[in-house]
Amino acid sequence: MSNQKETLVQVRDLSVTYHTRLGPLSAVDHVSFDIYKGEILGVVGESGCGKSTMGKALMRLIMPPGEISSGHIIFDGEDVMQYDQKQLRDFRGRRISMIFQDPMTSLNPVQRVDEHLIEAIQVHEPQTPVEAALRRARTLIEKLGIQKERLRDYPHQLSGGMRQRVMIGLGLVLNADLIVADEATTSLDVIVEAKLLDEFKKLRDEFNLTILMITHNIALIAQIADRIMVMYAGQVAEIGDVTEVFDHPRHPYTEGLLRSVPNIELDEREELYKMGGEPPNLSRPPAGCRFHPRCAQAMPICAQREPELTEISPGRFVHCWLYQDHPQEVAHA
Amino acid sequence: MSASFRNFIITRILLTIPMVLILITLVFFVMRVLPGDPIRSQLGPKVSEQQANAIRERLGLNRPLYIQYFDFLGDVLTLNFGNAMTQGERPIKAELGERLPATIELTVPAMLLTVLFGIFSGAYAAHHRKKPSDYGLRMFSIIVYAIPVFFLGLLFQVLFSVRLPILPLDGRMSPMLLSTFHPITNFYVLDAILTRNWPALGSLLQHLIMPSVTLGLVLTGPFLRLTRVNMIETLHEDFITAGRARGIPEKRLVYRHALRNTFIPILTFIGLQFALLLAGAVLTETTFSWPGMGRYLVTRIELRDYNAVQSVIAVFALFVGAISVLVDILYAFIDPRVRY
Ligand SMILES: Nc1ncnc2c1ncn2[C@@H]1O[C@H](COP(=O)(O)OP(=O)(O)OP(=O)(O)O)[C@@H](O)[C@H]1O
Ligand SMILES: [Mg+2]
Repeated sequence: MSNQKETLVQVRDLSVTYHTRLGPLSAVDHVSFDIYKGEILGVVGESGCGKSTMGKALMRLIMPPGEISSGHIIFDGEDVMQYDQKQLRDFRGRRISMIFQDPMTSLNPVQRVDEHLIEAIQVHEPQTPVEAALRRARTLIEKLGIQKERLRDYPHQLSGGMRQRVMIGLGLVLNADLIVADEATTSLDVIVEAKLLDEFKKLRDEFNLTILMITHNIALIAQIADRIMVMYAGQVAEIGDVTEVFDHPRHPYTEGLLRSVPNIELDEREELYKMGGEPPNLSRPPAGCRFHPRCAQAMPICAQREPELTEISPGRFVHCWLYQDHPQEVAHA
Repeated sequence: MSASFRNFIITRILLTIPMVLILITLVFFVMRVLPGDPIRSQLGPKVSEQQANAIRERLGLNRPLYIQYFDFLGDVLTLNFGNAMTQGERPIKAELGERLPATIELTVPAMLLTVLFGIFSGAYAAHHRKKPSDYGLRMFSIIVYAIPVFFLGLLFQVLFSVRLPILPLDGRMSPMLLSTFHPITNFYVLDAILTRNWPALGSLLQHLIMPSVTLGLVLTGPFLRLTRVNMIETLHEDFITAGRARGIPEKRLVYRHALRNTFIPILTFIGLQFALLLAGAVLTETTFSWPGMGRYLVTRIELRDYNAVQSVIAVFALFVGAISVLVDILYAFIDPRVRY
């Protein structure tokens, strides 16, 4: 990646609330970050911390009972929050596309693979004839390692790996600038997963894609991501260069998360670290820092006030009272 | 067609046999348990016991019950139902030849109306969930479901042939045109087209409107509700969200992607509803003096015409069975996940 980073997306103060029966649930809470052109930004965090919600919110795909309750998404200089339905349709697929968590349920069961691809092309480029769209689909799908005969198959006739490749193909077919890959490889076995992640990297280089990669697999993301964003309970805990974050985690949550990653070279006597406590119920998040009840380094202020996401060194942001000045009244209390 | 698909069809056909058998057995015995018999119902109590016995003998009603039963099963098997037991004792086959086409001509448009209107308005309600049009359609579906057929029919007759006389009150076609009309197949609409008898065709279609709309509306409710519920579920599925994420227009997602998936379970429902449609046809035909199987059935039940009733029910049962087999075969063709 070049040193001069060009920003593709600026997310500012983004919040998503689900209006559940038990009251409002703040799944994404005042999240701000940038996505640079051509990078792979990894997003990690425990299950339920709002990764998928954040990814969907980027394309304004939050459906009732959820809503984007605040914030701006500036995509290539335009505020996506101001788009009307028509602009949104054009934006989705063409500028930003999403590869979903579950390839088993994300394809229309009564539509053939080629119908999916052709439809995606023709919805955005109505002037493209079917044959041309089909040719494009065929080239792409072969590049992804699926024989073109498979294009006539229905989703249920494909293996999980192939289906996921089709999903990836659908994400790539319109040459979107940003691909949001939500656990795109999690449902696959380790070998296929590693191979596909490697392909992601190649595709990025070939098509100059920008990829937001949401994943549980911290070990794999470490190898392909340029930067990493750690989320906790709907908030950004830490953002930074992947090697920096992994070598010197700043946020106590990042530290705990990294220590709980199983390591093959793990010493026999050394036990895998298990972080204490549970992530909070997002309908009633704790006051102050949402992580403080589980934090070994919690201070009195952590229970009272929420820290700011602070840039502690160029490109490195941490959301923790350990790295910022405490306000006067509280510090003296 | 693969061998396993052929096996599936054969099994499916064989499975309808017990259904038909149970139904016609039931009717056979229930008719005989009911008070009254074909002789008394026609000639009244004045006829002497001797005369009655003579007629009984002629009709074969003096034979042991099990012989009559197997005799009837043989009739069903050969589709050669013998003669009616009352009112001229016409061959039932001739009667069916005239009346079955009339009933089909009534039920086909009714079914089309039910299915098309029910499914599309159900999809529309799901698309506009919790909006006034959704509440309106749901209310409508309850109302048409709760209204008895004959009442709805009567209402239409009052509205559209008495108050605002734009449609004929009842019957299948204007009696004045009967002399110019020469049926070939007894499917009158078809016959009118074949013989290029346009005035007759006009009259036939005019007569068809009220009864078929009445019958169709009554069954629309369940279709509407079933489609709506299924659609709402389908619209929450991942592949719809995934389609939305690709920028596919909402209308296309609802009326193409979701509806095609929803239609598959609904199709099975069409098969099940067909029996109800025939039941509705009986009432509709009575209300609109439609010369079909239903009206025949009602009059023959009153006359305790064992043979006629049994035969009509057997034909109904065969129809319902055939439709359900057809639906299953269609299902296999429509749902790509079902492969034999
Ligand atoms: N449609 C919804 N209605 C109500 N609550 C929801 C909905 N979708 C998500 N949530 C809630 O929002 C929070 C964040 O969910 P989300 O799916 O974004 O998490 P995630 O980080 O993607 O989890 P995972 O790693 O398991 O995929 C969770 O508490 C979840 O229960
Ligand atoms: Mg998720």
